[in-house]
Parts: sequence; C-alpha cells; structure tokens
Amino acid sequence: MANNAIDRTAKLIVLAVQDYSVFAWRSLGNLFRPPIYWTDFLIQSDIIGVGSLPIVILSGFFTGGVLALQSAATLAEFGATAVTGQFVGLTMIRELGPVLTGIMVAGRNASSMASELGSMVVTEQIDAMRALGVDPLRKLATPRIFSSISMLLLLTIVADAFGILGGAAVTVLISHQNGTQYLNSAYEHLRYPDIVQGLVKPLFFGYLLGSIGCFYGMRTTGGTEGVGRSTISAVVTSSVLIIAVDFLITHVLLSIFPS
Amino acid sequence: MSHASALAPQPPAPGHEPGPVVSLQSVTAGFDGPPVLSDISFTVAPNETRVLLGPAGVGKSVLLKLIIGLIRPQEGSVMLFGEEISHMPEDRLFPLRARAGMVFQESALFDSLTVRDNVAYQLIQERVPDVEIDSRVHEALRFVGLEETFDLFPSSLSGGMRRRVAIARALIHEPELILYDSPTGGLDPVTSTTIIELIVKQRDVHGTPSLMVTHRLQDAFTLCTNRFDPEQNRMVPLPEGEINANTTFLMLQEGRLILDGSLHDLLHSTNQEVREFLE
Repeated sequence: MANNAIDRTAKLIVLAVQDYSVFAWRSLGNLFRPPIYWTDFLIQSDIIGVGSLPIVILSGFFTGGVLALQSAATLAEFGATAVTGQFVGLTMIRELGPVLTGIMVAGRNASSMASELGSMVVTEQIDAMRALGVDPLRKLATPRIFSSISMLLLLTIVADAFGILGGAAVTVLISHQNGTQYLNSAYEHLRYPDIVQGLVKPLFFGYLLGSIGCFYGMRTTGGTEGVGRSTISAVVTSSVLIIAVDFLITHVLLSIFPS
Repeated sequence: MSHASALAPQPPAPGHEPGPVVSLQSVTAGFDGPPVLSDISFTVAPNETRVLLGPAGVGKSVLLKLIIGLIRPQEGSVMLFGEEISHMPEDRLFPLRARAGMVFQESALFDSLTVRDNVAYQLIQERVPDVEIDSRVHEALRFVGLEETFDLFPSSLSGGMRRRVAIARALIHEPELILYDSPTGGLDPVTSTTIIELIVKQRDVHGTPSLMVTHRLQDAFTLCTNRFDPEQNRMVPLPEGEINANTTFLMLQEGRLILDGSLHDLLHSTNQEVREFLE
C-alpha cells in the first residue's frame, strides 16, 4: 500500500518535471518564431517592472541599511569600519540584490500570473483561445516569461543601487561615519566579475519565476479552489528554486571567477 | 454576414461529392479512470446541422472538444476538414481550429476585454485594420441583436447576452463549421428561443454545417420544425408535416452513441434508453 503511494507520487513528480521541461522549452522557442506578441510583452513589462518598483526600492534600501547596521558593530571590533561600504556593496550586488528582488517579484508576479491564468483555465477562456486558433503559450506565457527576465535584470540594478544608498544612510546618520569614504570603499573594491555575477543571476531567476507562475496557472484544475492551490504552489516553488539555483550559479561563477 | 453567398453551400460538381466536414471513427476518450466516450463513430456532412442529445454528464462537451482537438482521443480517428487530427501537433491544429467556430457552455468570454475586443479577437490577432474590425464587429453584433453592447465588458451583460456575444465571436470569422455547446443551458425560455433563432438563422442564411449539444428536446424540435425568413427577419414555423431535412440527431448515453438518424428515427426508435429520454 505504502509502496504504491510512493510509486504514484514519484511518477507524478517525474511527470510534472517532464511537463514543465516541455513547457519551458516551448516558451523559449516561441521567442524565435513568429508571431511574437510585442504589445503583450510591453504590457507585461509595465506590470512586472514598473509595478514592482516600489517594493524593490523599499526592500533594497532597508536591506542595505540593515547590512550596514549589523556589520558596523562587528567591523568596529577590528577597527575596520572603513570597509562597511565594500561589505554592503559586494553583498548587495553579488547576492542579496538578485535574490531579494527575485523573491519579492516572485511573491508579487508569479502569484499574479498563476492566479490570472488559472482563472482563465477554469472559466474555459484558455480553451476558447485555443478554439479561436491562438496559441495560449505564445500569447500569454511567452510575453510574461520574457518580461520577467528583462524586468528582473533592471529591478536588480535598482535594488543594488538603493541597497548601497540605504547602507550609506545608516553609515552617515546612525553610525556617524564619513559618507564619501563609504561610497569610495563600495566603488573601489567592486570588480567586473562581481557585476557579472550580480547580473547573470536575475536572468535565471526571472526565467524561473515567470515560467513557474505560468506553468502552475496553465495546469490549474479544480475550480476556484484550484486557482488558490496553483497560486500558493507557484510562489513557494519559485521562491525555493530561486534560492537553490542561486547556490548553483554562485558555485559555478566562483569556479569561473575565483575570488 | 457580408459574404453570405460565398459561405452558402455550393452544389457539388457532378460525380464529385464533397467529403464530411467532421468524421469520427471508433473514438474512445477519457481522462484518468474509465473512458468517458467509447467507440463513437459519426460524420457531419457539408450543410448538415446535427443535434447531439443526451442527459447531463454523458460526455457531450468532451465530444465537441475532441472534434477540434482540444482533447485527444485514446483510440480511433478524428477527421476535421478532411485532415486526421488525432495525433496532429498543436502548432498545426491552430490554423484548422481557426476555420471552425465554437460557442462554449458558459460563453468563455475574455473578461478583461470589451465586447468589441472579444468578438474581434481573431481579427486582432491577424492584425486586420481597426476600421475593418469595427465594421465587422458591428455587423456581427447586429446579427445577434446586441449592437449597443460594443463598448461594454462581459461582466455587465446578462447570461443570455453573453451567450449571444459568444455566438457573434464564433461567427465573425465566417467559420466552415460551428460547434454549439449547450447554447441555451441555464437560460429562460424566451432567451433560449432567441438563441435557437440565431442558430436557425445561421443555418438557413449561411448554410454553415454545425453540431449543437443540448439536453433540451424542445430546442431540438424547434430547430427541425422552423426556418428563418429573411423577409420578415425572424424564425417562422415550417408548414405542417414538414421538417428541415438537413437537421439530424445523435444521442449519447453513458459514453456510447445510441442513436444516429433523422427526427423520424428519433421519434420511432425502439431503443429503451432513447424512449426514456423522450418521455
């Protein structure tokens, strides 16, 4: 009995991974074959990019501030408060900027994609679209996925900048250190591999959150309750995968660009 | 609509009968568990209107979705416009589906788009100029008697109005086949008659082959015993004893086809399940 349940669960997981792989591959391929729905791409870019800007600015600013607060005491023990800027800048650009932005945008947009597409599935709007001769994957999923990638890249840059500014605000206003020294330290110790690492990650995270949000939305079953389940699954899966993939990318990039 | 003469069925060339628009051969379909449909075979000929009868939950909507490849059969062959679609890749199915129109049970209008954008959905995807889109949408909405809803959203329409907008959306592309999934389900008798009148109008004015799913015998009989009079612009009864010869019947019961024939065959069937449904 227990073996049967394990067998069935394993098959379902393998099947879901297979379905996701096909879905992700087709949505990627759609970008290179017409028709490409540029208007939908721009609309989604506005929703994902401009819409997420306030939460990304706030989370970036306060994360930078917290980093500066937490590090100030420890660095002071070693007389190294001058490197607060380097610490905050590198941490934000290499790690926290991409990951935090990815998780924030996943919470906001992967959930909205899953619930929007899920509602369309349960009200037969997706079937209607297919019946009208329009590919829902091409029309709905591909613009969302590629808007997520491009916007997450830009949002990460914004989060990095506001993180460093947040750190600067805490350093100057609370720790009463020199702001110019903080910014110089942040800038001078920054190398191209750090920037590459910080800008490669959002490309993967954007693809993950967009494709997972659309995937769970498109395979919704079970009416409005199913829409709720899809939304939760999309947020949880994309957030966990962002952290897991961050580990893998960091490992690979550190082997390419050793510190 | 404007190309009625082009849509009207042309007489076949001597010795060359056009093939069926839809042909199912020994089709079995289902999801997890036992099959929903078993060993289904029938055809829809050009100019033919088929009424698919049966109680709720016997697989009528599944059968409609099979016809345009929204669901794939487990066994058997589905031919649409002369092409085998059972194993056809999704990419190749889209142009075939665009040649058919489907009216869904709950209308399935896009709730974030206006009536104009819903009706014009296919035309917008084909990048037809806006002026032509507006003109064709007005024409389609006039056909279903809802021209005043042009700028409204589906949420502000009644159930019957949404069903009529769905019919306009299915007809705007001048389809070669129309599939109606319970178009009168859940509607009051007056609105149901309006919907059936539209179906009769499309049948008699444009001659488009169709398949209509219903569990309401009254709708089926109305289709058979009425014709559309273009001069009076309304549906009128056929003379006593006459029926529309191009309107024929199918009946599903527990996933099996138990009747395929004319109104006469339906009324005189000795099949116990058919008799019970009629009573």
